Formats: sequence, structure tokens, C-alpha cells
Amino acid sequence: MTDVTLTINGEERSASVPPETSLLRLLRDEFFLTGSKLGCDVGDCGACTVIVDGLPVNACLMLAGQVDGRDVVTIEGLATLEDLHPIQKAFEEFASLQCGFCGPGVIISAKGLLDRNPDPTKEEIKDALSGNLCRCTGYTKMIEAVQDAARILRGEKEAA
Amino acid sequence: MSGPETATSDIVGAAHARLRHDSAVKHVTGDAVYVDDMPPLPGTLEIFPVVSPHAHATIVSVDIAEALRAPGVAGIFGAGDIPGKNDIAPIFSDEPILADGLAEYAGQPVLIVAADTYDLGRDAARLIDIGYEVLDPVLTIDEALEKGQFTYPPHSVVRGDAEGAIEAAPRRVSGEVSCGGQDHFYLESQVALAVPGEDRDITVHASTQHPTEVQRGVAHVLGIEINDVLVEVRRMGGAFGGKETQATGIAALAALAAALTGRPAKLRLRRDDDMIVTGKRHDYRFRYEAGFGEDGRLEGVKIEMATRSGNVADCSSGVMARALCHADNCYYLPHVRFDGLPCKTNTVSATAFRGFGGPQGMLAIETVIEHVAAELGKPVDDIRRINYYGDGGRNVTPYGQTVKDNIIVELTERLMREVDFEGRARAVDDFNAANATLKKGIALMPVKFGISFNLPTLNQGGALVHVYTDGSVHLNHGGTEMGQGLFVKVAQVVASTFQIDIDRIKISSTRTDKVPNTSATAASSGSDINGMAAHIAATEIKQRMARAAADHFGVETGSVEFRANRVYAGNESISFAECAHLAWRARESLSATGFYRTPDISWDAKTMTGSPFYYYTYGACIAEAVIDTLTGESRVLKADILQDVGNSLNPAIDMGQIEGAFVQGMGWLTSEELVWDEDGHLKTHGPSTYKIPGSRDVPPEFNVHILEDAPNMVPTIFRSKAIGEPPLMLAISVWLAIRDAVARTGGRKVFPRLDAPATPEAILMAIEDVRERANQLPSPLTGEG
Repeated sequence: MTDVTLTINGEERSASVPPETSLLRLLRDEFFLTGSKLGCDVGDCGACTVIVDGLPVNACLMLAGQVDGRDVVTIEGLATLEDLHPIQKAFEEFASLQCGFCGPGVIISAKGLLDRNPDPTKEEIKDALSGNLCRCTGYTKMIEAVQDAARILRGEKEAA
Repeated sequence: MSGPETATSDIVGAAHARLRHDSAVKHVTGDAVYVDDMPPLPGTLEIFPVVSPHAHATIVSVDIAEALRAPGVAGIFGAGDIPGKNDIAPIFSDEPILADGLAEYAGQPVLIVAADTYDLGRDAARLIDIGYEVLDPVLTIDEALEKGQFTYPPHSVVRGDAEGAIEAAPRRVSGEVSCGGQDHFYLESQVALAVPGEDRDITVHASTQHPTEVQRGVAHVLGIEINDVLVEVRRMGGAFGGKETQATGIAALAALAAALTGRPAKLRLRRDDDMIVTGKRHDYRFRYEAGFGEDGRLEGVKIEMATRSGNVADCSSGVMARALCHADNCYYLPHVRFDGLPCKTNTVSATAFRGFGGPQGMLAIETVIEHVAAELGKPVDDIRRINYYGDGGRNVTPYGQTVKDNIIVELTERLMREVDFEGRARAVDDFNAANATLKKGIALMPVKFGISFNLPTLNQGGALVHVYTDGSVHLNHGGTEMGQGLFVKVAQVVASTFQIDIDRIKISSTRTDKVPNTSATAASSGSDINGMAAHIAATEIKQRMARAAADHFGVETGSVEFRANRVYAGNESISFAECAHLAWRARESLSATGFYRTPDISWDAKTMTGSPFYYYTYGACIAEAVIDTLTGESRVLKADILQDVGNSLNPAIDMGQIEGAFVQGMGWLTSEELVWDEDGHLKTHGPSTYKIPGSRDVPPEFNVHILEDAPNMVPTIFRSKAIGEPPLMLAISVWLAIRDAVARTGGRKVFPRLDAPATPEAILMAIEDVRERANQLPSPLTGEG
């Protein structure tokens, strides 16, 4: 068994799991954080995207043991009790999601982008989301939502 | 019957309002629960499926003794363990969930291992020894045709004398074109959780578009009655037809393990297994012949439409019927012979996929139209125009339905005008004159799509509505939510009917014990049939509430009016909640079922004639694409869409459906290629080898418009129209634009053969072919030769 202690959404958590356990399974099966989804299990669809030490990663490709001592942000860590995160709010307002299954991963990828690049071009947004597959929407409304959230986060636009 | 005509909007969330998805907040916070996210029950088993590695083989021995002793294994089950019937066929019979002595495709489940965890099940499966005697597989359309192997008896749509008309026509073309299948690639793969209850009861939480069929299938397999089975579906993580019949086997396997072990059991296919084990869109090969006049007017069209139906019939007869009924698209064809050949092959079942044969049929006739234009050297849109359905007898489809609501001429002309099609076409010419390596193409795709299930029986919907004494409402209906926004649309209908804000209405999961005997949420019919059923239920309750209010105010029932969350009688009013309470005190039932059957439809499956569609929906897209003639790569540069949605129930939802369907269709026709090897193994079974469109593949200029002020001519719910499937076919414009670009590499002298998907390889081969044939021409074709 591998012992891991990490920070998830600002809270320190520990678990003892078999060494082959992925970060995704650690989150879903040990901590019941089911917002991150198992889509393809091979790091190609992005439905499991979480932020580790500031960078978006596919949680299905990282071992639980690799996140020992690190800081992980999942979709559950974005909203406060009072308010959605501006990216979440924009995704809601722009009707960016349909079935919603890819949504948490897409939103986390968008956060990973905006944390590093607060004023991305449309092309940069497309690039940042290129690791996230969506089968419902055609991406257009997601890209618009990320642009809008970026404006709000930069303080150029009031949050609705 | 006469439908409700309008919906006023002095409430929040009325019909026609731009509302977001009802689960939008839960989607963005990760709180939306899909089957795999449900809190685990103690003792839940996970299932690992053991599948046939051979496309065609006799199973001669099965040894599970060692595997049964492996850690964590609760049971290993095969066809022989099925207490009921090993058959989940949706239309015909003998379609097993577990291979019984004979494996008919590589990936067909043979056994299931139920273990404490998925990993333990997989480890145990390695200890299983299955003996196979490998047989020759039939993998191609030609092999199946040679052997006369079909999954059900072929049928045809015939009108007049196509052969004679072609023979007599001044001009003729003939050719062949193929289109590939398509994996649904819903982000949530197939999943079901079965929980055994008291007696023989079993509850199945399934990701299915068809809870009733899952219920029936589970009962059948377990040898119990339908009333012993409860199927519940809150939401799916995408479906697109892939969870119409394919979810039944998954649920039945989970139920089998649960029933035989007495423990909850979950089957969640991993992505690669999902792609290998479950069905896909039908691929097709078309051979066509057409006779026409010098003006391009079609006289006779003959198309052989052969598909790989896979190992079983599944719903192929329905898909083929829709292909046969959409190979006219928007065109009047006087003499027709469309032969549908469902080839039985040792490949996974071809199944429902958004469009359900319609896209394939349209792709065939658009090829005929374009071939005619190329042959005559005339602009293809002139050929389209001269063949569009019109009047004076030129408005009857090959299957005998009169097209009464045709708007394709106005719609396409408007779109062409608005995007300056002629100017853009000239710009494409200029670009191509100036560029040797890159070539652009531009094309219009008109779409007419018939709404209703081809089989009239299926066109029924049911709903269950309760009003509580605080005025809150519980809404349930037979439709399922797969992301398409059905639940919010139906809730809007109920809000409008009661004239109350939508937040008073609780949307609830689809359950077979609330609304029984439902049809699949499919054929784009979800909001048409369930919306109307919910409206009927709500109207019934409203009448009872009106009776109570009339008594209370001492007025006639007819003068009671529901408006803006209140109930009015003249100048007096009470709140909707007060009225509900009043009705309860007056001992009125505040619960009602609603039932709707689509009127005025008919279909004779023997003669393949009738009027199966309640109405048609129309749309058009103009797409511009560029190809690299050295690498075969293509890119869509621009797409402009104009789509008819009637009086949209929710334009925000409909816009999403249009964009998503277009991109999905684009994937089918460009990058999504299914490859089987010579032994019948699917080689493209994951996102690394099977390419669905990503964020960078969407057209950089993508303009989607809904046709305004276009109420449905027939009284559907608030005069809306279906939206789920029709826009997928708009993406055929992309394939046509690519073919146009290919044609230009040979100076448009020969008509290219470009099969779909137009992968770089297919495009390069088409370019080679076009150049070779163009070079062989004795002199440039000028239009009369």
C-alpha cells in the first residue's frame, strides 16, 4: 500500500491505497469527489482533468503516490458556498454544456489557462481545450464562455 | 387534435424562453450525478466482460474452475446461467447478450466475471480458458452479398419504372460511393447498476435512452415479469443513439450478475471495450444509376443501398427504412427504385446513431445530384433547384407521402443571398486560380428530414404530473435526458400550461414505474411526444383546479383564468398555491397522467409506403473547405447554417443542438474512420486512434441562425419542431465542399469519387484518381460532351 497525504481544494487529506491507484481513483473512490470523470482512462479525453501544483493534468495518468505532498484542485474546489467561480458562471450562462460529462474537465483546463494567461486569444483558448473532448456541443459556446470569464477575472466586466 | 397555439411569457421560464439546461449549475460544479457517481452500496460487485477474440468461432469449451477460485470473485456467468431467455432483440429475435456456442464478432461478450472490484475481475479473467474453433468470418458487404447473408429480409422503396425511365432519359450517370460508420463516443461510456430487492424485484440504474426496453430485456433475461423490474434514468453523459438498443445488453448483464449473486452489480465498460463491444452507425455502399434531361431534371433514379448490419438485425430495419425514406432528400424523383440490403457480417451490430439512416440516404442522393451537374457541366445548385419538391404533383415522395410544408426553396435562397454565395463562389475561384497546392471548395447542403418514428406505434408519449398543496409541481414523463435539454423544454411546457414560474416545477428522473410502456427517446421526437403528453396531463389538473376555483368564487369554470402564478375570476384572484390547496379541500385529484399519440401518420412496412412523418423539418448549410493537394489534409473554413425549428421551445437549447450536431456530422464525414483488420478486429478503439472533432477542428467562422417566424404547420406542442437529428445532415455540406475542392484539382472535368470519411488518405486518393481521369480525356469537357 502507498500512503499519500496531499492538499485537495485547500484541505489536507490522507489515504492508504494500492500503489497502482491513479489520482483519479484516489479522488473518486477514496474521497468521493466524483466531479472528475473517467472518460477514456488513457489521458486522451480530458474528462478527469484536475490542477496539480498549478498545472492541469489528466488525473487518470498520474499515480496517487505521485501527488504525495502536492496541491490538487478539483472541480469541487472552484465554487464557494455563496458563489460559482466566474468560469463556472460563464459556462452556465452561455449554455456551454449539454450532457455535462466533459464539463468539469473543460472548466478545470480553462482555469489552468486563465491562471497562467489572463488574456488569451481565441486560438490560445482552443489550444488549451484541445485535450478535452466534448461530443455534444461543438465547443463554440465553451470558447465564448472562457472569453467572457477572462474579461470578468481581469475586472473588465462585472460579474452577472 | 388541435394543439396549444401560443405561450405567453408573464412567468419565468415559459415555453420559447432562452433557458439554460436545468442541470447547468450541477454540470459546472461537478454535482450532477451519473450512474458511475452514485454512492456505492455495500457489497457492490463490478463486472469484467470476457469477450470473443475471434470474429467468427464456435465455442467448444469453457473452463472457469481456476478463475472461480481467484480472490474477490463472486461468480462467473455465461449463456447457460441465464434463467430466462438469452435474447434482447429490439425488433426481431435471438439476439443474445452472451454468446451461446457461437461467437459472431470480435468483441462479443461470452462470459462476465463479477468480482469485488473491476481489477480483481480482470485478473481472474486471465485464468479463464475458452476453447474456440475459428470459422471464416464474413467481413465485407461483397462477401455477405455473395453468400446472400442478411440480418432480415431486404426491402425496397419503389415508384414507377426506374429502369425504364433511366433507359428512356436523354442523359445518364452511374457510379458508386461509400460512407463509413461512426462510433458514438459519448463521453460517459455504457454503464448500468443493478440492485436486487425483495422477492424477484430488481432495480436498474441505467444509462439508457430506452428505459422500457431495458425493463423488458432484463425481465426477459431473468425470466421474470416486467413488473418485477424498475429502471431509472436521471441523466446520461451523452448517447446519440448509442444508448437506444445498446444499453439493454449492458443493463441485462448487470442484472444477471445481481440476480445470480444477490448483490448489487455494476457494469461500466471501459472506453476500449465500449468501442469494441457496442454498436455503431451503419456504414453504407451505394451503387446508383440516374436518367435525366438536358436540363438536369431527374427522370429515374436507382440506388442499391447496401449496409453492414453486423452480427444481428438490432434496429437495422428501422435505420434502413429511414435511409430509404431520405434518399430523396429535397428532390422530386418521378421513377424510383431504392433497394436496401442489410448485409449480415461478423462485425459488431450497426445500430441507431443520430440521423438513423437519414444522413446516409441523403449522402447518396446528393452524390447523384452532383454527378448530374458535373456530367452536364452546370452549376450544381441549378440542378438542385430544378429538382426540388414543388407542386402540381411534384410534391409526393417515393414512399407516397405528400410534402405539404415545403420551405426548402425559400430557405436555401435566403441563406445563399445572406451569405453572398455567388460572391463567395467567385472568391473561391480566384483563390484556386492563384494557388497550386491549396484548393478550396464551397457547397450548399439542403436538408429535409421527416419527423416521427417510421413505425407509427412508437409515436406515443406519456407523462405524470402532480400538483402539491403548496403549489409546487412534480413532473415526470417517458423521455430521457442525455444532454439534449428535453427535461427543461418539457418543464417549460408545463410552466406555460399552468402559467407558473418554472422553478415551481420539479424535474424528476425517468422511471418505468411512473410512466410505463414508453418509446425510446429517439427520432428527435422527445419534446414532440413528451411535451404534448405533459401538456395534456397539466391541462387535466388545471381543469380540476379551475372547477374548485369556480366554486370558491361562485363563477362559471370557463371564466377562471390562470395567469402569472395566479388564478383569476374576474377581478378576484388567488395564488396558484392557494388554488391547489382549495382543490385539495374540494377533493379534486391533483395528479394526472397525460398520453399523446401523434396523429395523421401511417406506414405499410410490406409495401414501404404511407405517410410516416407528421411533418418535415428543413435546413441548409453553406460550407467552405480547403484541401492541401500534397498531404490530403482538409480544413473547414466557414459554415453558415439556417435551420427551421418551428416556434422553438427554447432557442438556447436548439442553438446548442444545431452546433453540436453539425460538428458531430463533420467528424463522421472527415476524421472519424473505423478500421477493421482482415480478421475482423476493430483497430480504432480509443481516442488515440479514432479522431472525433476537437476544439481546434470547429470552423473558425461558424454562423448558426434559426429560421424566425416559422411556426410548424401542424399543431405540435406550441408549434415547435424537432431538432435533435436534422442539423447533423447539414454537415454533408463539408464533405461536398471537400469534394468540390477535389474536383477542382482536375479542372472540374471529371466527377470525383470521394468516399466518406474524407480523411487525408481518401482525399489524396480522390485527387490522384481525378487527375488521372482528367488527363485521359481527349479534349476538355465543355459541357456538351
